[in-house]
Amino acid sequence: MVRILILRTAGTNCDLETEWACKLAGANPVRIHINEITSGREKILDFDVLLIPGGFSYGDDLGAGKVLANELILKCGEQIERFAEKKRPIIGICNGFQVLVKAGLLPVWKRRAATLVWNDSGRFEDRWVYLRVEKSISPFFYNLPEIIRMPVAHAEGKFVLRSETALKKIKRNKQIVLKYVDLSGEAGGYPCNPNGSVDGIAGVCNETGLIVGMMPHPERAVLEIHTPDWHRRPAQGEFSFGYQFFKNVIKYCS
Amino acid sequence: MAKAQVIKLRDFGDEKLLELSKNGLLSLTLHEMKAIQKYFLKAGRDPTDLELEMIAQTWSEHCFHKTFKSKIQFTEVSDSGSASTTEISSLFSLIREATEKLKKKWCISVFKDNAGIIEFDRDYCVCFKVETHNHPSALEPYGGAGTGIGGVIRDILGAGLGAKPILNTDIFCFGPMDTPQENLEEGIFHPRRLFRGVVAGVRDYGNRMGIPTANGAILFDPGYLYNILVYCGTVGIMPKWAVEKKVRPGDLIVVIGGKTGRDGIHGATFSSASLEKDIPTSVVQIGNPIVEKKVLDALMTARDKKLYSAITDCGAGGLSSAVGELAKDCGAEVHLDLVPLKYEGLEPWEIWVSESQERMVLAVRAEKFDGLKRILESEDVEYACIGRFNSTKKIRIFHYKEIVGDLDLHWLFEKTQLPELKAFYEKRQLVDTVPSNLDFQDCLVNLLADPVIASKEVVVRQYDHEVQAHTVMKPFLGTDGKGPSDAVVLTPLYGSNRAIVVGCGINPWYGLLDPYYMAGNCIDEALRNVVACGGDPSRTAILDNFCWGKCDDPLELGKLVRCVRGCRDFAIGYSVPFISGKDSLNNFFTRDDGSIVSIPGTLLISAISVIDDARKTVSSDFKDAGNLIYVVGSTSDELGGSRLFKLLNIEAGRCPVPHPDINLSVMKKMHLAIKNGLVQSCHDCSEGGIGVAISEMMIGSGFGAELYLQRIPATTRKDVSLLFSESQGRFIVEVDEANVDEFERIFKGLPCLCAGRVIPDFRLKVISGDKTLVDVEGEIITQKWSGAITW
Repeated sequence: MVRILILRTAGTNCDLETEWACKLAGANPVRIHINEITSGREKILDFDVLLIPGGFSYGDDLGAGKVLANELILKCGEQIERFAEKKRPIIGICNGFQVLVKAGLLPVWKRRAATLVWNDSGRFEDRWVYLRVEKSISPFFYNLPEIIRMPVAHAEGKFVLRSETALKKIKRNKQIVLKYVDLSGEAGGYPCNPNGSVDGIAGVCNETGLIVGMMPHPERAVLEIHTPDWHRRPAQGEFSFGYQFFKNVIKYCS
Repeated sequence: MAKAQVIKLRDFGDEKLLELSKNGLLSLTLHEMKAIQKYFLKAGRDPTDLELEMIAQTWSEHCFHKTFKSKIQFTEVSDSGSASTTEISSLFSLIREATEKLKKKWCISVFKDNAGIIEFDRDYCVCFKVETHNHPSALEPYGGAGTGIGGVIRDILGAGLGAKPILNTDIFCFGPMDTPQENLEEGIFHPRRLFRGVVAGVRDYGNRMGIPTANGAILFDPGYLYNILVYCGTVGIMPKWAVEKKVRPGDLIVVIGGKTGRDGIHGATFSSASLEKDIPTSVVQIGNPIVEKKVLDALMTARDKKLYSAITDCGAGGLSSAVGELAKDCGAEVHLDLVPLKYEGLEPWEIWVSESQERMVLAVRAEKFDGLKRILESEDVEYACIGRFNSTKKIRIFHYKEIVGDLDLHWLFEKTQLPELKAFYEKRQLVDTVPSNLDFQDCLVNLLADPVIASKEVVVRQYDHEVQAHTVMKPFLGTDGKGPSDAVVLTPLYGSNRAIVVGCGINPWYGLLDPYYMAGNCIDEALRNVVACGGDPSRTAILDNFCWGKCDDPLELGKLVRCVRGCRDFAIGYSVPFISGKDSLNNFFTRDDGSIVSIPGTLLISAISVIDDARKTVSSDFKDAGNLIYVVGSTSDELGGSRLFKLLNIEAGRCPVPHPDINLSVMKKMHLAIKNGLVQSCHDCSEGGIGVAISEMMIGSGFGAELYLQRIPATTRKDVSLLFSESQGRFIVEVDEANVDEFERIFKGLPCLCAGRVIPDFRLKVISGDKTLVDVEGEIITQKWSGAITW
C-alpha cells in the first residue's frame, strides 16, 4: 500500500481530514510531527509521498509557512533532496503550498522564483471557487473534467512571480496545474479569482511535475455532500473532485 | 522575591471593609466582607492577600452566579393591576426544573460539567457550551473576543476527560454602525471599531485552532452602544467512556499549556461589575491560539491513552478557580514557585488568580506522569507538576516553602453568604398597533437592507467554516453561495453520515415588550432553525445564555425572573431540555453624570439536534420553477418588536406569543415531511416576516416567487400583518406538485396552506386580492440584502 507521510507541526489543522481522504482513496497515511523527523525517530525516505497539509504552521507568525519552510530546508534538506531525486511526490495544500514555495521547492527547484502574499482583499476568506485543470506536466490531474470546484480558505494565497520571465518559463514548461476561473472557464476578477493571483494561478508544479502545491483544498471536496450546493442536484454519486486527485497520486505511486 | 502580604482586617469597621473591597477590585459586598472577617476571627489570624483574592474570585458573580443561586421575592403586577408575590428558591432551579421534568434519556450530563453532554450515537457523545466575553471585548475588542473563543474551546477540552472541538458559534450585539462619533461618551469605542475588532479576534483565534466557525448572528441596537455582547460557543465530540472524570487523593496536579503572567488579573471580579472609564486593560488576557492548538493535539492523544483522570480549564479565576474546583471534594497542596512564569516578579496572589490563557489543569496518577510527559514533550507543550490532591478538605498554597494560603474548601464553596433578592415586574399592556397606508414594496426592500436582517457574508467568509471537512450544510448556499442557511449541519465522524445540526434564537426587542414571551420566541426560533434543515425536535437540546443589566435593581431583576420563568415554561411546552447555560449580569455603564445605561435584557438560545442521515437534510434555496410554496404555521397581528416596527419607529405593539402545542406539532410533522423527501426547500420565517423569508429563498436560487397573501393560514386578514408580522412557529416550504397530496396529508389539521409558486422570472410578486403589493426584481433584492453590511 502506498505510504503517505502527512507532516504536521504546531498549528497544522487539516491533517485529520487529509489523512481520511488518503485512506478513502486507498493509501496508508501516517500523521507525523516534524519533531519525530528532526529527532531521527522517523525518516521521510521511508514513505512514498510527502504531503504537507493546511493550517497555520507556527501561527504563520513570520509570514505564512515561513518557519516550517526553514525547518524543512535547514533540518531535513538532505532527506528532501534524496526524496525528490527518487521521483517521489511532494504535495503541499494551502499552508503546505506556502511552505513549499517559501522553502524554494516550488515552482523552480532551489530558486526563489515566486511567493504567496496577502490576498488583495486584505483578509482571510473561505469560499468555493471554479478551477480550470490546466494541461500540465504533473501526473496527478487526469480523469478530471476541465472545470472543477474546490474551496479555498486562506489569507495569504496570492501567487506572484519574481519576474515576467519566470511566469513565461513556468507557462512554457506547463507547470501551472490549476487556475481560478468562472463557471464558464474564463478568467475573472474577484471573487472568481479570490486572492488576486497572477494569471489566476491556483496551483503549480516543479520542473518534474512531482512537487505540487495548490491553495484549494481537495480534502474538503472529497464527497458530493462537501459541495455547497449538493442540495440542488439529484445525487450524482458519492464522490467529488478532490477524491480523484488523491486517487491519481496513489495510482502514480503504485 | 515577592511575598504574600497579610491584610489586617479583623478589627475593620463596615466602611473600611467596603473600602478594601473596592480598592482591591474584589467586587465583594459588605455582607460578604463580614463573612470573611468572621471566618478569620474564628481562625485567629488575618488573611493573606492571596486568600482574599481567592475568596473574591470564588464568590464572584462570574464564577459563583450568586444572582442565579439566591432566593428571590418576586412581585408581579398583572395587566389588571393586581399584585402577587411569590418566593422563588432560585433562578437556576427554575431552569433545572424543565430538564428534570423532561427526563430525556439521551441527556448524558447536564449542568454539572464544563459543558452539557448529549448522546450522539452508540459510542460517542457531543457536548456544547456557550460563553460570553462582553466586558473584555468592550475594552479590547480583538483580544477580548479572541480569548472569548479560546476560553470556550477550553471548556470543551475540559468537559469530561476532554472532547474534540468540531464547531464554533458566534453571536454579537453592537450599537448601530452609523452612530455619529460625537454621540458617544468619552472613552467608548465606535461600534464599527468594535465590530471589526471582535470579528477579527474570533476569526484569527478560531481559524488558527482549526475549528469551523459556522453558526451565529449579529444584532445592532442603540442599547448595546456602551456594553457590547460577545457570545462564543463550541461543540465537541467525545467517546462515551470519556464522559466521567474523577480526582483521587494522591493525584498530581499538572498544569499544561501557556505560561502564567500578569495578564487577566481580576478578570473574574471585574467582569462581575459594571463598565466604567479608566479600567486597566491588564484585566484583559492575551491569547495565543497556537499554544492552545498544541494543547489540543497533545490532550487528544493523552486522553485516548488514559494518562489522566480529571481535567478542567483555567478560565476566569485562573489556577485558583481550576484547582479549587477540582479539589473541592478532597483537598490539595499547591506550590506556586513551580508554576512556569512568563517573566519574574509576580506576587504569589498574582500567580494564583492570573487568567493567562491556554492553560489546563490535570489530575494525574503518579505512575502515569512519565507517559504524559512524553506526549507533552513531543508536541512542544509546556507543563509542570505544581502539587498534589489530598484528602484534607483544605487547600494549602505555598510559595518557596512559605505558606501563603490555607482555606477550608467546604466553607469556600458551600458557605457563601447568598443574599436574598427582591424583584419586581409590572406587565405591560400590549396594544394592537397596525399602521396603515404603507408602501409595502418600500418597506420590504428597506427591511432587506436592515443590518439585523441583511447578509453577514462579509463576516462569515472570514471564518474558516469548513476546516475538518465535516460541514455539509454551510452558512451560505445556493448557486453562487449567496443564500443563507437556517443552521449548520456537520457530520463529525469520518465515513459516517450521522450529523448534528446547530442553530440559535435571539431577539431582545420582544423582551422590551415582555421577557416571558421573548424566552418562548427564542426557543421557538432556535428549534425552527434546526427543524427547517431536517433536525428532529424531539432529539434537540438547548442552552441558555442570559446577558442582563444592573441586577441589584429590582426592576431589572424582575425582567430576568420573568424571562427565566418563560425559559422553564416554554422548554417544558416544547419538550426541549436545557443542558447547559451561563449568565452574564451587570452589563451596564455608568455615565459621567452618574446615570446608568443597562443593555436590553438579552437571551440567547442555542439548539443542537442529532440527524440520522445528513443526506436527508434540505436547504433553504428554491429548487425549481413550478414548485408550490406552502406557508406552514399561523400568522397573527403580532408586529410588536418586529423589524417593521423598528423601521417605522413604533415602540408599542403586541409581540409574538408562541403556542407550543401547535408549533411543536408543526415541527414534528416538518421533520417527518423532510425525512420522507417531500420537501424541496424549507426556510424558517423570523425577523422581517414572510416577505423577507421568501426573498432569502430566492437569493440562493435564481428563481422568483409569487405569493398570494390572503391564502396564508392566519388569524388576521390585514396585509401588513400577513407580510411583516413575526408570529412564531412558521416555515416557508417548497413542494413539488407530485408530492402535494402526501405533504398535505402529513399536515392535516394543522395550519398549512399553499400560497404561491416558484416562478422562472427572478422577481418577487406579492398579491393580495386584486392588488399587487410588491413586484420587485430579484437583482434588487440580492443587492439590498447582500450589500448592506460592508467590512
